[in-house]
Amino acid sequence: MNNTMTTKDSSFIEQSARQRVKNVLDEGTMRELISPFDRITSPWLAKQGIVSQFDDGVVIARGTINGEQTVVAAIEGSFQGGSLGEVSGAKIAGALELAVEENENGNPMSAVLILETGGVRLQEANLGLAAIAEIQSAIVALRRYRPVVALVTGPVGCFGGMSISAALCSYIIMTREGRLGLNGPLVIEQEAGIAEYNASDRPFIWSVIGGKQRFESGLVDSYISDSQSSAREAVEQYLNQGVPEIHRSEKYSDLLEAFLRLDTQDHIAPHDAQQVLLEGVASHE
Amino acid sequence: MNNSVQTIPEMKAIHDNPSSHRGAQWFALLSHGFTKQNAIVPSVLVADGEYENRACRLIAVVPDLNNHFPRAVNGEVGLLEGMALAREVNAVVEADAHSETKRALVLIVDVPSQAYGRREETLGIHQALASAVSAYANARQNGHPIIALLVGRAMSGAYLAHGYQANRIIALSDEGVMVHAMGKAAAARVTQRTEAELDQLAAENPPMAYDLKSYASLGLIDNLLRVESATQPTPSDKHSVEQAITDALLDIQPKDTGISRRLSGEHRKASRQVRDLLKAQWTGA
Repeated sequence: MNNTMTTKDSSFIEQSARQRVKNVLDEGTMRELISPFDRITSPWLAKQGIVSQFDDGVVIARGTINGEQTVVAAIEGSFQGGSLGEVSGAKIAGALELAVEENENGNPMSAVLILETGGVRLQEANLGLAAIAEIQSAIVALRRYRPVVALVTGPVGCFGGMSISAALCSYIIMTREGRLGLNGPLVIEQEAGIAEYNASDRPFIWSVIGGKQRFESGLVDSYISDSQSSAREAVEQYLNQGVPEIHRSEKYSDLLEAFLRLDTQDHIAPHDAQQVLLEGVASHE
Repeated sequence: MNNSVQTIPEMKAIHDNPSSHRGAQWFALLSHGFTKQNAIVPSVLVADGEYENRACRLIAVVPDLNNHFPRAVNGEVGLLEGMALAREVNAVVEADAHSETKRALVLIVDVPSQAYGRREETLGIHQALASAVSAYANARQNGHPIIALLVGRAMSGAYLAHGYQANRIIALSDEGVMVHAMGKAAAARVTQRTEAELDQLAAENPPMAYDLKSYASLGLIDNLLRVESATQPTPSDKHSVEQAITDALLDIQPKDTGISRRLSGEHRKASRQVRDLLKAQWTGA
């Protein structure tokens, strides 16, 4: 590996899940839980003739960030599209549940979720969905004590049930390359037609669900460039801010009224959406 | 969403006429004698009453052919539904904030899917659904007993937003009741299999299956309830369901605010193993 790859300002997006976890934790503090050496693989993929992976595509580690106890979970987008199955889902849910227990016992512990995921792994469908419900329950419990920070940098982006999980977090950090939305573009195109949503029109897709648009709509907190140092600094910054006074998921009353007043005959241009979303949320602060 | 339903005759009928009336029907039946509340949107039904002296709010999401958002007319959980659910649930939590006994929430679940559309993604449907998930998780964690009654489809993101945060899940034993992450045809496309292959795989992989018996083997249903007719409930069906709700309410203890009981299912061995191992490795050597 040459030097430019290891300097602080190399790409975060190009890093593996494990490298990303190491990058956001204080140097030398990363301790991986259920590492590939434990060989806990998906019991369902093998039965379907699909090659499994020793970490099932999720890396969990404890360590510190700015000296504060933190648990980090990262989904590996290159394994099965970052999909969550029984094992990978249980790793995230279980880690968050233990972080809740730490806080209940008076030991502050925050969480960082590095999300590259299409959502539920269809080969383990109902167990993936169940795990996501459990992850969501744990995020809501944990964020009362300490912030839960989500990082969505791409290349996969964050979709399906896990986009709802991201939206439950205390803070969301995105890059220009990241995408955040409930339904994947291809699924919408399949279900609603190409006139509704053209999945192959990349500029269009990014104009709707890309990091810049999400930031300018107030649906995420931070818009960073793709570098290891900016990812790390943004995570530190939001952990330092502590628990927000009102979580984003609670700022819906005025938005609901605004959506009811909106002309929904036609599609809503991204710029108009920014205005509606920003005004709806701003009236809470 | 589903060509998947083609193999099940009754569901085929639902597909041809995508609006299911089961939710509205069961809501009308169970809210008899309750006080109907005017929710902010016609697709969310709310009624307040009592079961065995326990104050309770019934909530359902139903089709509204005049929905302000055209891609949410068939009972899908969309932008408005997510935020309206949050509003109705949070109103109960706030009203009961200082009372010893927390009102119960009974959710009638018949949701074909989340809304798929450009308007939805542009305005951040993931965030709207997070408001609902947050409200339900928060209510449960604050001691409000929540019961989900599955009378039709409980699909994917829609079920996450309306049902999956419940303390107890009751499902009518009927072939039109289905929990899944994705319809069969769409799942076949994504996993690059034929529907016949999926059926074969599902026979050996309960999390992939579309039938309730397989789903129940995951430990995610507390009570699989026999009724004479899920679509034309008899007086005795009404009585059985009310009895099941009452039994569940009595069974939920004040400190029973989590969902870990779901982990005891026959086919959730890996979910338990992962949590045990995380716990064992949590504090380090």
